[in-house]
Amino acid sequence: MTIAVAMSGGVDSSTAAAILAGQNSVDAGGEQLRVVGLTMQLWNQRRLPVLQGGNQSDVRPGQASGRCCSLDDVYDARRVANFLGIPYYVVNYERQFEETVVRPFVEQYLAGETPIPCSRCNTEIKFEQFVRTALSIGADSIATGHYARVRRDEAAGRYRLFAAVDPSKDQSYFLFGLTQEQLSRALFPLGEMTKEQVRRIARERRLPVAEKPESQEICFVPKGSYRDFIDAYLGEQGEERDDQGGEIVLSDGRVLGRHQGVHNFTVGQRKGLGFATGSPLYVIEIDRAHNRVVVGANDELSKKSCRVRDVNWIRLCCEGQTVEARVKIRNKHVAAPARVTTQPGGEALVEFTDPQRAITPGQAAVFYDEDEVLGGGWIAEAF
Amino acid sequence: MRRVYLDNNATTPLAPEVFEAMTPWLTEGFGNASSIHWYGQQAAAAVEAAREAVVAFLHAQAAEIVFTSGGTEADNMALIGVVDAAKTPGGSKHMVTTAIEHHAVLHTAKALEKRGVRVTYVGVDPSGIVNPDEIRDAITPDTVLISVMHANNELGTVQPIEEIGRIAREHGIPLHTDAVQSAGKIPLDVDKLNVSLLSLSAHKLYGPKGVGALFVRKGTQLRPLLFGGGHERDRRAGTENVAGIVGFGAAAGLAMRTLNEEPDRLAGLRDRLEAGILQSIPSVRINGDLKRRIPNTSSVTFEFVEGEGFVIAADLRGLACSTGSACSSGSVEPSHVLTAIGQRPEQARSTVRLSLGRFNSREDIDGALKVIPEVVAHLRRLSPLYPECAAKSDGAGAALSSAPK
Repeated sequence: MTIAVAMSGGVDSSTAAAILAGQNSVDAGGEQLRVVGLTMQLWNQRRLPVLQGGNQSDVRPGQASGRCCSLDDVYDARRVANFLGIPYYVVNYERQFEETVVRPFVEQYLAGETPIPCSRCNTEIKFEQFVRTALSIGADSIATGHYARVRRDEAAGRYRLFAAVDPSKDQSYFLFGLTQEQLSRALFPLGEMTKEQVRRIARERRLPVAEKPESQEICFVPKGSYRDFIDAYLGEQGEERDDQGGEIVLSDGRVLGRHQGVHNFTVGQRKGLGFATGSPLYVIEIDRAHNRVVVGANDELSKKSCRVRDVNWIRLCCEGQTVEARVKIRNKHVAAPARVTTQPGGEALVEFTDPQRAITPGQAAVFYDEDEVLGGGWIAEAF
Repeated sequence: MRRVYLDNNATTPLAPEVFEAMTPWLTEGFGNASSIHWYGQQAAAAVEAAREAVVAFLHAQAAEIVFTSGGTEADNMALIGVVDAAKTPGGSKHMVTTAIEHHAVLHTAKALEKRGVRVTYVGVDPSGIVNPDEIRDAITPDTVLISVMHANNELGTVQPIEEIGRIAREHGIPLHTDAVQSAGKIPLDVDKLNVSLLSLSAHKLYGPKGVGALFVRKGTQLRPLLFGGGHERDRRAGTENVAGIVGFGAAAGLAMRTLNEEPDRLAGLRDRLEAGILQSIPSVRINGDLKRRIPNTSSVTFEFVEGEGFVIAADLRGLACSTGSACSSGSVEPSHVLTAIGQRPEQARSTVRLSLGRFNSREDIDGALKVIPEVVAHLRRLSPLYPECAAKSDGAGAALSSAPK
């Protein structure tokens, strides 16, 4: 059996690789277990020089910022692979990453949504493209450093997805889009571990990246400024924002001021509205059709239900069926009780028991039963 | 697992006799070739002996060889050095090169463009050959340099340098050729080629990495790239890489001695490889000019096969080869060379380079011919684009999971 490990150069995926490479080199069937390291090159960090504060020729690789796939990380991944003595390759998905992650990210912001590119990246790149590459090089399955667990349900003949044992590191929210085929190929060696255990293993094995800090930002957005990124990207593409601004209004329609483009706002945002009022105001809705940003008091921010599109069910659910679940509407949200009813066209209606604050179009709504991921989709509208 | 190395255009193994020639200069012969004393004189003598070997290899003169850190530096020195030194009446400068040059030339030309030099990139025909008339047509009154590679690294096609050289000479313009891939594979004679400058790299002809040379014909105006001591007749500052240069000399000598029979042997192996591929795999084409090419290089397009996956899958089964050149693999853009011969992006991404060398045997070729059809069949089975009917008739190869232990 051959396992292709996705290695980003960070502690987690390096440790996942180390665990697999350190296992007995014979698998259950008596066949030799082979581990191959692969790094996905997703984005050229030197590509948008205006974001680096200099022209392109001035930017040295070491200065390129952004975390997930900078040149440094390819070096780190290679160092770890050499250290573990496993074959290692870099595969280039820049084209696919731009098409399926970066461009939709920009377009969603311009459409007034708040996207999470990591989920799309997992579904479209890390599991779609990567599984394809893994199979093509002769691997049978893939492994990543994600904190999540997969189980085969023999009775149902399906694969099931569960949150990680360590709730502080759980990444199952980002994995709701995985198909059965992808789950059947996926190994998550860290799913049963805590972050501390992973660090300890990395140190015990003396991995060259054992002390490396964790990355938090969106990998292709340097210094975390997505607005600058959108402007730089559109500039590079020779495109212009058709949204040159509009009104900021209260929910009763009163105009409070003007804004410079809906992409500057996200539901729940309080800062940066450009004016001061007596009581704090929050963005409660982005109305792209009229280029309006609707603001209001904190209590207007809470809503009871949302429509979810492009739903992927990991545990099967028939159309018209209603399930009681706990639903998570962003990564750091504490999953809240709700009724989820499947709708035609791959949609679902989520009705929370209690109103939830800042249900944001573009984010994912992921349905849980205890620690199991039932499925999830993209929030289309809240009401 | 038996390993077969078919990536000799990326680099070649060090020949044992080259290694042997180098070792004294990595141990007791440590002198600085510029020093006055005995140690220095020993090193200087070794460097000059190596220079003589390169001189003989190119049919040049000793004063015309500048040792560099490799082919890239030689190309940079030729382009930047000549363009910077040139004077034109109006002050504007122009150079002519081709669309299929190695990045060492292409990216240097781009850098010159940023400094205000106009550059014309002449295209090639579908077999990858430059038309000398197009070079002639590109010349303007302020053209200060023509640079056309001798043999292309991806296709192996050999360019009509002699004829281009005649054109250059008629116009009084220096001609540079990057001969990194032709050296040791076909005879090189700077007079017959009509060139003013020629780049070489030691590690492509069984010498060490980190050393190369630029031939600069007497009378060619050249501004140095590096400033410092007066090494290499004031043309390339920096303490000589003595062991490397000695190795280069030994490699050049070896290349001269083997130039009578080795190219034919390589061509025989390559023909065996290509015939085997064409026989066992449908929907394949060999790229480039099948007559005018160096004897060791095969550029093969396997339709419905992602080249990147091919190279990794083959490597895991012990066969080393590459997509395009080593320097451009991993980049997202399809090879500029394959694009220049008219390949669509998906064809270019399905193209693999197999390059043979002195240490390849018939057994290597037969080993490669076992791996290649299996890998291609496996990748095509996974390709959503590969037609069903073709897949059925394509019986080659077992599943890849049964990799050799």
